Amino acid sequence: MDALLKVNGISKTYGKKQVLDGVSFDIGPGRLVGLLGSNGSGKSTLMQIVAGLTPATAGDISVAGEPAGRKTKSLISYMPDRPITESWMKVKDAIAFYNDFYADFDMEKAREMLDFMKLDEKNGVSVLSKGMNERLQLTLALSRNVSLYLLDEPIGGVDPVARGKILDAIVRFYREDSSLIISTHLVRDMERIFDEVMFLQDGRIVLHEEVENLRMKHGRSVDDMFKEVFGE
Amino acid sequence: MSIEFDNNLPIYLQIMNHIKRQIVSGLLQPGDKIPSVRELAADLQINPNTIQRTFQELEREEVVETKRGLGRYVTSEESKIMAIKKEMAGELLHQFIHGMQELGFKNQDIVTIVKEAVAAESGKDRKEEHPDGRASEG
Repeated sequence: MDALLKVNGISKTYGKKQVLDGVSFDIGPGRLVGLLGSNGSGKSTLMQIVAGLTPATAGDISVAGEPAGRKTKSLISYMPDRPITESWMKVKDAIAFYNDFYADFDMEKAREMLDFMKLDEKNGVSVLSKGMNERLQLTLALSRNVSLYLLDEPIGGVDPVARGKILDAIVRFYREDSSLIISTHLVRDMERIFDEVMFLQDGRIVLHEEVENLRMKHGRSVDDMFKEVFGE
Repeated sequence: MSIEFDNNLPIYLQIMNHIKRQIVSGLLQPGDKIPSVRELAADLQINPNTIQRTFQELEREEVVETKRGLGRYVTSEESKIMAIKKEMAGELLHQFIHGMQELGFKNQDIVTIVKEAVAAESGKDRKEEHPDGRASEG
């Protein structure tokens, strides 16, 4: 199959601030991709643009051969770095909400994941710890059957146990026909699950490489390369 | 299962070595079924494509074979397993000799030292089995 996602010359300016400057890359199907960069480097903005939630200032995107638009929105599941549930909700309300909202929502998969994540659907979302909340957000995002999942900092600020659970879930629920782009600044914890990584610096992709190639060619871990590129 | 991985080296090679060590040590017997890509990826929390690559390489080396519809199995060919043992021993030997040479030992000395060390090790093993030189009771 051709590239699942084609991003071509995407730029985004907020007033005078240029957040993204000519970002281009292709992602094939069945890939686990890391989008890496320091905080505030534009990762979230890029994901929001790909998800169709924010317009780009320039450039174009195509998903599964279709130019980005209404059709392609339904091919993408986006998990933002902030919870999207309402404070009055219980876990089961959040699930029901997603189920109503998205035709591609897989209730059975959601229940399986809730079980795996040890989430009780009767709990109110406001009493969930940060780690439990992340698990819920991930469940919601991954229970949709789509081609492209965009996860914005899925393990940020979360305890090591929840981190492990989340990585475990990502690997378990992986499918060969869909891809995941995961943004993170916690490289060491996540580098083993990536096929390829992209480094976003000053609004540009400065590196896009298969992870095992980095290790073979340069004898370096992604974490080391990250520190080299983004270190002071 | 938890293995210590070095993120500076290709992960697929490290998993290959891990599986080979399991075969050589007998933890995996000839003809044993090995976990699926999914199972192993979830166990180790590693990208499934990396596991896939590991298995492809192991198949290419005929260490592992796929039985269509059934899964992947360790080879039942003893000669293949012996070949893996020799290959891994070769690695150990290479590192050892290199290390000894760096310490300044000449090749003749290395052989002598190894002979003495092996004898000492077997002596220790025998002592543990028969502490008084007599058959153990019970």
